[in-house]
Amino acid sequence: MSYIKQSPWLVHYDGSSCNGCDIEVLACLTPLYDVERFGIVNTGNPKHADIFLVTGGVNTQNLPVVKQIYEQIPEPKVVIAVGTCACSGGVFHDCYNMLGGMDKAIPVDVYVPGCAARPESIIDGVVKGLAVLEEKQKALAIPLSEKHALREMELDPGVAVNKSQEAGK
Amino acid sequence: MSDMVCNIVSGIVYLILAPVIGGLLAGIDRKISARMQRRVGPPIMQPFYDFFKLRDKQPVAVNKAQRFYIRGFLLFAILSGFFFFAHGDLLLVIFTLTIASVCFVIAAYASNSPYSQVGAERELAQTMAYEPMMLLVALGFYLHCGTFDAKEIVQSPAMNFIYMPGIFIGLCYILLIKFRKSPFDLSMSHEVHQELIQGALTEISGPTLAMIELAHWYENVLLLGFVYLFFTWAPAWSPVLGIAMCAFTYFSDILVDNCCSRVKWEHMLSSAWVVTLAAGFANVAFLMYMR
Amino acid sequence: MCLPGLLIGVPLLAALLVFCIRSGGARNFITIIAAVATMALSVATAATYLGQPAFISLPGEMPSTVIMAVDIIVALAIFYYTMVKFKRCWIGLLELLQLAMILWFEHGAGHGIKVAADLAIDNFAVIMVLIAGIIGSLIAIFSNGYMEEFQKEHPDVEDRRPFFFFVIFLFLSAMFGLVLSNNLLFMYTFWEITSFCSFLLIGYTQTEEAINNSFKALWMNLLGGVAFAAAIVWLGMQYQTVELSALLKLGQGAKPVEMIVALLAFCGFTKAAMMPFSGWLLGAMVAPTPTSALLHSSTMVKAGVFLIIKLCPLLGANHAGMMTMFVGGITFFFASCAAISQSDGKRVLAYSTISNLGLIVLCAGIGSYAAAWTAVMLVIFHAISKSLMFLSVGTAEQQLESRNIESFDGMFCALPNLAKCMIVGICGMFLAPFGMLISKWAAMKSVADAGNPVLLLLLAFGSATTLFYWTKWLGKIAAYVPAEENREPGIHGVQWLALKTLSALTILSCVAFPLLSRYGVTPYVSAIYNTTADVISRSNLLIMSVMAVLIVLLPLGFSAGQKQKMVVTNLAGENTGDNLSYRGVAGQTVQVSLRNWYLEDWFGETKMQRYGFGLSLLCMILAFAMMGGGVFHV
Repeated sequence: MSYIKQSPWLVHYDGSSCNGCDIEVLACLTPLYDVERFGIVNTGNPKHADIFLVTGGVNTQNLPVVKQIYEQIPEPKVVIAVGTCACSGGVFHDCYNMLGGMDKAIPVDVYVPGCAARPESIIDGVVKGLAVLEEKQKALAIPLSEKHALREMELDPGVAVNKSQEAGK
Repeated sequence: MSDMVCNIVSGIVYLILAPVIGGLLAGIDRKISARMQRRVGPPIMQPFYDFFKLRDKQPVAVNKAQRFYIRGFLLFAILSGFFFFAHGDLLLVIFTLTIASVCFVIAAYASNSPYSQVGAERELAQTMAYEPMMLLVALGFYLHCGTFDAKEIVQSPAMNFIYMPGIFIGLCYILLIKFRKSPFDLSMSHEVHQELIQGALTEISGPTLAMIELAHWYENVLLLGFVYLFFTWAPAWSPVLGIAMCAFTYFSDILVDNCCSRVKWEHMLSSAWVVTLAAGFANVAFLMYMR
Repeated sequence: MCLPGLLIGVPLLAALLVFCIRSGGARNFITIIAAVATMALSVATAATYLGQPAFISLPGEMPSTVIMAVDIIVALAIFYYTMVKFKRCWIGLLELLQLAMILWFEHGAGHGIKVAADLAIDNFAVIMVLIAGIIGSLIAIFSNGYMEEFQKEHPDVEDRRPFFFFVIFLFLSAMFGLVLSNNLLFMYTFWEITSFCSFLLIGYTQTEEAINNSFKALWMNLLGGVAFAAAIVWLGMQYQTVELSALLKLGQGAKPVEMIVALLAFCGFTKAAMMPFSGWLLGAMVAPTPTSALLHSSTMVKAGVFLIIKLCPLLGANHAGMMTMFVGGITFFFASCAAISQSDGKRVLAYSTISNLGLIVLCAGIGSYAAAWTAVMLVIFHAISKSLMFLSVGTAEQQLESRNIESFDGMFCALPNLAKCMIVGICGMFLAPFGMLISKWAAMKSVADAGNPVLLLLLAFGSATTLFYWTKWLGKIAAYVPAEENREPGIHGVQWLALKTLSALTILSCVAFPLLSRYGVTPYVSAIYNTTADVISRSNLLIMSVMAVLIVLLPLGFSAGQKQKMVVTNLAGENTGDNLSYRGVAGQTVQVSLRNWYLEDWFGETKMQRYGFGLSLLCMILAFAMMGGGVFHV
């Protein structure tokens, strides 16, 4: 049985947002929304996280940082881009230093649009992310021989999902 | 011989039950804290979900040494509890627990990351703050009951608490540090991340982190065992009181946790030592006078 | 009979040989042969006398004449150094005072005193012989390689190695003499020789600092010598004896010997570097490492506690005992606090030595059966672990060009084997199941039984501060910092020999703790107290042994388990990939450097010294004043 759906810990990173979405992310922790009832913990530490929740787009300055954080999160992991900027670059998309949405830096699993994204939709996005997370977990749980091979490859999330689907067939 | 078998059996019961109780306590803690903050909070079983999830995560580390020290932490935390419940010598229990905390601190140092090092130093300051009181607890029981043996202590003719209120107050104070509750959650906690990421735990993840959770569950049950010793004596019904007092102590710690903000390490160290000096010393002097 | 003679004679002969032979190769050869011979002799002594205490009387006038002559020679040498060469006359006056006392006594009242046994070999003496013989010899062997490097690294220091080895062996010889003496006049002479040798060793480099520190050691130890001489004269005049065993009998027979015991204990304080006399031991750090190792672990300071432990049955709930336990307790606590604020490895070790000696003195002061047992145990374990620590810090200093603990990070990568030795040493100093901790366990029990809440507090707090400074050092070594190169090839073979033997001894002595207690310490303590008891129950000792084995076996599973993916650490910006630097907010590269906590405001050295010195001085003054009052009333 997979417990990952019941205990998703997330790390929140602010790329280059206007802080609007960040305020909404924090709102999710308040008694009104209380995401902890789903077992969600805002850890602030990539090494403990399952979900990488990013707000804001990616620019030349934060590109290596985003990549490093992503690298530090152990498998299985999902990336949730929160807010229009994280999805596509938003109003900043044609700034001189912008590269665009988060998917320009790392593979994004769930897009949560909105400027700013509302807490309800953020929570909805996270819950959608959980389904992806479980799928990836299953991919990791495929037979031992293949599992080792996969671990060695340092597992690209896309590959993992495909493999799991193949295994499902 | 049957005595020894009995001891070992109760030790083994601890090995099996402690993680269940410890995990449940952690779950209850999170639930009560959430209710105190007018939230729904996670399910009671949440710590177990976390534990099993962490166990299944990909093992990630910053060096090979880390996991080795954490294993030491888990091993000695379990061992010290085993000694306690198998009615070993209280000082032996405390010394074994000390090895466990040293292992934990070394694991944090080993990663050589600034956050975990600050966590390690704070953890060490915490250890320095509570260690004298821990020793006085054991020595207090020795002075009062004439033995370090937990089995004889729970059979004493009168309630130990009556003779050792100061030592009990001191123990309650350092339990806040040991349980890593505010105002003393300096070295690591989920709330500390604004300043330290996760302090001593920063570089530890996945299955290794799961080991730490497990070790803490074992450790917490052991610490509540010390509270139990104060309130259990000859009558057959007194274990009920003992367990009730354990629950009460744990609840009070949760309450304090939710009422306080984190203090600086200086305040922690000075206040813990002052409490040890005042409550512990007065009580020890009294017990020595009584002997 | 001939074994004790050989034990004193062989190192003496070696000392003369290395002094006369100037060729380096031959000297190395002689040192190693002599060290091995000394080691073998000490083991032989142990095999002969362990469990079979013996009193030996030396026939004729010869021995006491020789001893007298040696006294005068040492005094002359001290006069030469203090009055002629360095012009510190007042220190010479201390020597003059005690020499006058001894000579006056010897030719007056003391002349007719019959001595029943000049030498006494009991289990404790055997243990001390083993400590000095094995550890001292290992240090001599280590010095061979170390001093060669030392002279290469310090071209400005005059190469006086023949002299160095001469003093080392002379020291060992005197140490054997000291622990085997029962005649206090003999012991006094050997005591003076060790004081003088330590003076010579500390001043080896002849820098101004070294000379100042060596004189500091000299005057403090001579002050102790004066007390020793006074005690002998007092004992001789009042009870017509100069034997230690007779003194013990008198005391146990309820004769008022308190003042004599207190004087001897005071003399032990100076040599064991109790506060306020801890200064000389810290000053001894200027000498090359083998000197500090020798002074701190197996010989000099151990002579001080040896005397106090011998007096154990006479201490306890009397003025002398109270003074001893409080001076010990205060030193234990304040020295361990001061160690927190130090970053120089050798200074931390020095404070730790002072603090542990304080613990030993505290136990000896309590004077109960269990406390005496604990004190002897502490002596053994402290000697082994501390010598290991000194030698490894010295070696690290040579390889890393610094003995600051802050520069030890990355040691695990640059000097992996040395780091392991050091870890064993540190664990041996404070962690269960190693001997020091088991002994501390017993110490707590004895203090609780002694019924003194203040001492109990000092012990509890001192244990916590001890934990702090050792763990942060341990953390520094364990920190995994990638290093450019392995520097271990620079370490001499003989150095490894000493380091590895001591590491093995540290571990073995823990595993063998129950045996050590049963065949070594318990018989001695039982004999002087006429009772026998288990200080720590057999089952607990067994648990500790098993744990020791467990700790040794644990590293075998070091890399067992799932394969782990290696990632970079969290730094305050983007990690550049080597965990040593990161890119900050402005795109600049910032080097990471991590520093330990020293809590200077809390545990600053001067502050701790002020409190420690003041309090223990107060204890001594009070005790002597009270005893003085008592004595003169009667």
